Amino acid sequence: MIKKKADDKKQWFLYSSNLRTKTLVIIAISALVIISVFVSGYFVRDIPTSFVNANQMPSLEHLFGTDWMGRDMFQRTIAGLGLSLMVGFIASAVSTCISIVLGLFSSFNKFADECVAGIIDLFGSIPHILLIIIVSIMFGGGVYGVIMGVGLTHWTPLARVLRSEVKEIKTKEYIHLAENLGRSKVWIALKHIFPLIISQIIVGVILMFPHAIMHEAAITFLGFGLPPHEPAIGVILSESMHYLSSGYWWLAFYPGMSLLIVVLLFDLIGENVEKLLNPETAQE
Amino acid sequence: MNKQKLAKYFGFKLIRFIILMIAVAIFSFVLLDLSPIDPVNAYLHGAAVSEAQRQILEQYFGTNVPLPTKIYHWLLDLIQLDLGTSLIYRAPVIDVIIDKFSASFVLMAISWILSGIFGFVLGVLAGKNKGSWIDKAVKVYCYAIQSAPSFWVGMLVLMVFSVYLGWFPIGFGVPIGVKSTDATFMEWASRLVLPTLTLSLVGLAPIAMYTRNELIQVLSSDYVLFAKSRGEKGWDLIKNHGLRNIMLPAITLQFLSFSELFGGAVMVEQVFTYPGIGQTAVAAGLQSDVPLFLGIVIISAIFVFVGNLLADISYYLIDPRIKESEFND
Repeated sequence: MIKKKADDKKQWFLYSSNLRTKTLVIIAISALVIISVFVSGYFVRDIPTSFVNANQMPSLEHLFGTDWMGRDMFQRTIAGLGLSLMVGFIASAVSTCISIVLGLFSSFNKFADECVAGIIDLFGSIPHILLIIIVSIMFGGGVYGVIMGVGLTHWTPLARVLRSEVKEIKTKEYIHLAENLGRSKVWIALKHIFPLIISQIIVGVILMFPHAIMHEAAITFLGFGLPPHEPAIGVILSESMHYLSSGYWWLAFYPGMSLLIVVLLFDLIGENVEKLLNPETAQE
Repeated sequence: MNKQKLAKYFGFKLIRFIILMIAVAIFSFVLLDLSPIDPVNAYLHGAAVSEAQRQILEQYFGTNVPLPTKIYHWLLDLIQLDLGTSLIYRAPVIDVIIDKFSASFVLMAISWILSGIFGFVLGVLAGKNKGSWIDKAVKVYCYAIQSAPSFWVGMLVLMVFSVYLGWFPIGFGVPIGVKSTDATFMEWASRLVLPTLTLSLVGLAPIAMYTRNELIQVLSSDYVLFAKSRGEKGWDLIKNHGLRNIMLPAITLQFLSFSELFGGAVMVEQVFTYPGIGQTAVAAGLQSDVPLFLGIVIISAIFVFVGNLLADISYYLIDPRIKESEFND
């Protein structure tokens, strides 16, 4: 049964390498692309408008073409992606905190566990997009509303994973021993359970990211949250809706494509990190 | 024995359903109550009124009533199926929802079936020819479509089929100037094609991916090896040993996707300006129509619950092992 894959030691671009190196390289390159988009998005401010160059097809000068005000769509897309990434970062951080707290809370006793399961069920019973809208309305809309809407609703998959993981860890002997020694529930949760679920959390966060960004784009597209002059990717796309019938396809195609690539990169990083962290596949 | 068990099962589900609905109702109500939306302002749309009139309106909407009383009244009305009056449509919420949801339901039902069938077929094709170009194409497609926002896919479809090829109208449920009740079937159908196509394109990815992986797993199992050694091959092998095994989880998965289906419908309806429940939800959210929005949340929660319930039942109906174990009891 144990058979090395034939292409494992094959030449890989410049030199031969094992799977671990390949995985690390893929992670590094993807992370580099995303970070550079994020950083350059931060520096792109005040895109010049020139009505002479309005609605131009993509060319070497304007990679993604220009919009109705003659703004370069490439710059706008980068700026939009930067903004979306930032919202994604904050939202994921919020979601991660919630799922860690709930996951650890579920370790306390049976009642707490049932409570967590109930909350997860409640959040899962409303379609996600409606839930985001309702939370962002609650926070009064705007950037803050979007971040909270996305952040407060993405923790369910991770919390579910952590809860089942915690359940399994709780059957271990050293937990019983610690309980018999009179350690408090919080101490056990922090010292015995938390270190064991860190790898799950890391993978969960990275895989949460693309969802957060996509949902952020979706609800800004619908018109909740970010104002039209903030060039978030959803705003750019909803603006380009007005020009579809005029045949300005590049206004919609390239920004969406860039979003797709960023999301794919995150998925790639997530899968590869999981490969590294999962003990079953880490030694391949 | 069997009937008793079934009754117990459905009784349990019913209790769960009621608890969940009450929780959803209270939860969404509290969230919207905490929001800075002022029903009086939402009603007035910025019209100038005197202080006395404003007070009358505040009294009418009950803005100063304490929260527990509000929740109590809301639940009481909900049981009587009275969801209040929509502020946008100036009509009972329940009528608006029934009207819009039936339009959406057609859209969602057709694309649900199409995405299920095509997803399954593509998954089987990819799994059978693992490593071939068709497998790679399906894989690339699935990865790409799962990372693409559904509204963007809708925009691309709109661009290709409506703007460039001009085969289909760009939007609206019925042509401008025609009442929705007067529209002919063809007018409805021609506007249904593109949203359905988009939803199906998006929806088939997870099911295709799942079917592919399951089929590959089945094909590497011992009993398939045995069947091969007996001389079975090609489609017969897959039909006899593969399809039955992967059909059940695939159908269950498809039923569990009601939540994403609804979310996809919201986005797609917005792109194609299809007058369904999703577009209504967005309008209600943007224009602070709280009663209508709450009603839609409740309806969508019921929709998702029904999906999960059907998934459970499909398990019961299709899986011969479960049936047999019931029979033997």
